[in-house]
Amino acid sequence: MSTTTWAWLVLLFPLLGATVNGLGYKKLSRGGAGAIGTAAIGLAFVCAVGALISLQGHDAEHRALVSSLWDYAVTGDSGVDAKLSILVDPLSVYMILVVTGVSTLIHLYSVSYMRGDHGYSRYFAYLNFFVFSMLVLVLGGNFLVLIVGWAFVGAASYLLISFWYRRGTATRAGIKAFVINVVGDVGLVLGTFFILRHSGTLDFLGTFRAVEGGAFAGHQGSLTAGCLLLLVGAFAKSAQIPLHTWLPDAMEGPTPVSSLIHAATMVTAGVYLIARMHPLFEQAPAAADTAAIVGCVTLLVAGTIALTMTDIKRVIAYSTMSQIGYMIMAVGAGGYVAGLFHLMTHAFFKALLFMAAGSIIGAMAGGQSLEKMSGFRRAMPFTFGCFVVGGLALSGVPPFSGFFSKDEILAFVGSRGGWFDALYVLGYVGAFLTAVYTFRMIFRAFLGEPCAEAKELEHGHLAHAEVHTNPANGEVEDTDVGFPGPEHTIAERALPMKVAMSLLAFGATFAGLLQIPFVDHVVTNFLEPTFADSKWIEQEPSNGLVTFGLIIGTVIALSGIALAHRIWVAKPGSAAAWQARFKPAYTLFVNKWYFDELIDLVVVRPFAAFGNFSRRTFERVVVEGTLIGGTTSVVRAGSSAVRAIQTGFLRYYAALLLLGGAAVVLYFLIAAS
Amino acid sequence: MSIAWYLVVSALIFCIGAGGVLVRRNPLVILLCLELMLNATNLALIAFARMHGNSDGQIFALIIMVVAACEVTVGLGLIVAIFRRRLPIDVDELRELQG
Amino acid sequence: MSAVVFFIAAIGAIAGAIGVVALRNPFYSVLALVGHLLSLAALFLLLRAEFIAAAQVVVYAGAVMVLYLFVVSYIGGGAHQLTPGGSNLRLVAGGAVLALFAELAIAVLGSGLKAIDSDGAPYVSGFGSPAAIGESLLTKFLFPFEVASLLLLVAAVGAVVLARRRKGTTLDDAERDAAHYITPRSLFSGTMAEAVGAIRDPAEPPVGVTDENERSGW
Repeated sequence: MSTTTWAWLVLLFPLLGATVNGLGYKKLSRGGAGAIGTAAIGLAFVCAVGALISLQGHDAEHRALVSSLWDYAVTGDSGVDAKLSILVDPLSVYMILVVTGVSTLIHLYSVSYMRGDHGYSRYFAYLNFFVFSMLVLVLGGNFLVLIVGWAFVGAASYLLISFWYRRGTATRAGIKAFVINVVGDVGLVLGTFFILRHSGTLDFLGTFRAVEGGAFAGHQGSLTAGCLLLLVGAFAKSAQIPLHTWLPDAMEGPTPVSSLIHAATMVTAGVYLIARMHPLFEQAPAAADTAAIVGCVTLLVAGTIALTMTDIKRVIAYSTMSQIGYMIMAVGAGGYVAGLFHLMTHAFFKALLFMAAGSIIGAMAGGQSLEKMSGFRRAMPFTFGCFVVGGLALSGVPPFSGFFSKDEILAFVGSRGGWFDALYVLGYVGAFLTAVYTFRMIFRAFLGEPCAEAKELEHGHLAHAEVHTNPANGEVEDTDVGFPGPEHTIAERALPMKVAMSLLAFGATFAGLLQIPFVDHVVTNFLEPTFADSKWIEQEPSNGLVTFGLIIGTVIALSGIALAHRIWVAKPGSAAAWQARFKPAYTLFVNKWYFDELIDLVVVRPFAAFGNFSRRTFERVVVEGTLIGGTTSVVRAGSSAVRAIQTGFLRYYAALLLLGGAAVVLYFLIAAS
Repeated sequence: MSIAWYLVVSALIFCIGAGGVLVRRNPLVILLCLELMLNATNLALIAFARMHGNSDGQIFALIIMVVAACEVTVGLGLIVAIFRRRLPIDVDELRELQG
Repeated sequence: MSAVVFFIAAIGAIAGAIGVVALRNPFYSVLALVGHLLSLAALFLLLRAEFIAAAQVVVYAGAVMVLYLFVVSYIGGGAHQLTPGGSNLRLVAGGAVLALFAELAIAVLGSGLKAIDSDGAPYVSGFGSPAAIGESLLTKFLFPFEVASLLLLVAAVGAVVLARRRKGTTLDDAERDAAHYITPRSLFSGTMAEAVGAIRDPAEPPVGVTDENERSGW
């Protein structure tokens, strides 16, 4: 079977899964929907592996394969050539492997986690649809398919964030995510237009050839504008500043959703976009540098906020934002392989952390607040182990995978020189913050005096909420469809969850072996054909810089863990003391740097005011009053004038008849003369 | 007398009949005036038949007589029905079909 | 000689017409019309339409007018005035009629048809005789002939249906006093008045007012 056929099959199976689950949601049994969903993605993963093997069978020059299923709208030579085509090259195969692999494990986890929920089949339909959309996005061979996949992914994200649709907080969060994503969509489409103007084709390979052939020679402005607009799209999807405010709210969705969409796959779409468009970004250094700077700013801001969050899922969400900042910084600076390697390792350990968080949330019977959790270490050893593995990988402690990928990014950024040195330093500051907030979360939840739920669990009794409430605002809810189900699961008691988490823990621990400095370059070699035309592919950080980075990275990570240990474990009261000492900073961080308020002031209120004005003045006066009221009153007046003829008097009608007849005869008389 | 005389007489009778339709209020008399108009038409047709020399006009006039007879029958039946309902026999009062 | 007959017949026809319109009593109007019809028959004879003239006298004046007389007797004369109100209509009527007559006269007298000024085309003998009419009716005009007979049938049936007595359809005196001349229709039965908004259900709010208290915004 040819490579592209494998790739089409990768697309087919999740679509089939979504369709079957979606159409049969009333008829399928609980287990059936879960099995179909997981099997669909599992088959997709198998086909992705098949595509990988098949692709490696081609020689290195010919590893960019395009396959088109249908010509949607092809016009002439230099015009729109919109086809349903996919591009199979090392980058897309890499992405589909990551996406399908992690998705299979998350589906497996969801089979147990969502067990009690009344919307079980709907959940798997949506999840399969999401995976299908993400695969369309990364496999797309031209801008049209990319935009379609981008939009579908946004829609799937909305559907899944507001999965528990009877919760007001969830639906508001879904709308917020969707609106911000639409802003990104607009940027993406406009950017495509700017690029299409001079490249003459929507196809990726054609565009890259045109760019390298000098199609933008006199149109640098267009190219930079196009790339900046593409960045708007990337920032919205990847939750970078200033379009990041939707990601913490997106934690309203079920935990596996957060794990899949908002950690491993959807938010990495921006990174994929920049990596895919690297020929364009390299010719527009302004845009690439903007990406690097925004990535760096985001990783710092998100890290500081994560220090102060008390909802466990929000800590992990801001951590995601921060790590994506690293990836964006990497691909903005030109370190595509480093960024993509971190994408893969981050997918593993972040998905693992979210899964483990889901487990402990289950132990708390739905509660998510770190202030109420403590001392679960003895009650949930497996979950604790997963948290520790994920946390160590996230903090960048060797030999876990996060260490190698993060250091590769920072080493590359440092090797760029010039003002990139500032980003280099800030990257390590961010790594320190990462270690601190990660282990703050772990120490608070697992160490210390066991809380009531933990004590119950040690005696083998899983906590059960008498009255189900919304963890965000405490509103009371029931457990029918549209709200979470009555049962909560923990990893220790559910084999599918254990299997999924173990596999991810394995990946988080050992994936770093693929790209150990000085030892092997599996990822680089694999991705080389895609990035062979990049001017940064040859650039390698010097050995000294790499070694320095390895050492300093370890030191920073371990010192961060030590600081977290000191504040939250060794000296239990000191957290309050630190908070008091740094009060202004704490206030800034806990209010998320006031971004929500800023956006409310600058964007939301003017639009709402404009909407109200439109409704009160324009809609009421002009449209209803003049246009609609005017036309109806004209018609009414006209018809009442005409109605006056219908008097009912026979003689009146006869008179009209006679007058008319006389007029006709007069006409003929005059005409004939 | 040339044909023109007959046509003028026909026109005069037609106009008198039309005026009668407009002016009278008793439906019976209105029907009578309608008959006047039909007869005027008959006269015109017979005159033209004489002018052309073939009898097509006379046949037409015969058929018009048939139609007039039918119309009178039905119209009078209506008036009788109205009379039986004790409604006034006055077209100015019978005006329910109004807008 | 024919001119004299023409003038007498013409004056008779016109006098009868004016009598129909002007006479108060409908009975007299019918008699005036009979006179008019007989004059018209004379005019037909002058125009060599013997059969038609005979048909006019026998059928029209003889049968149709007799029918009329029966109905007029049944219904009675009534004591209506000509037009108590509606003098406007009189003016309009007069004006329209005069206009129409003027136009027709101009049409006839100013026409370019030469044949109008003649006495008529040369004709074969037997023109207008029953034989000629009959032959036309049964050959050239067979279809109208058949349709006319169908029309007669329909009219006969219609007359019977219209004028038969049905139970409950005639009002006695008490009900007649209670009945309005213009029977008001019940609300929402689909009158034109409702359709154009002249009558509306008082329970509905008037058009154009929106609820000020409706929630808006985020």
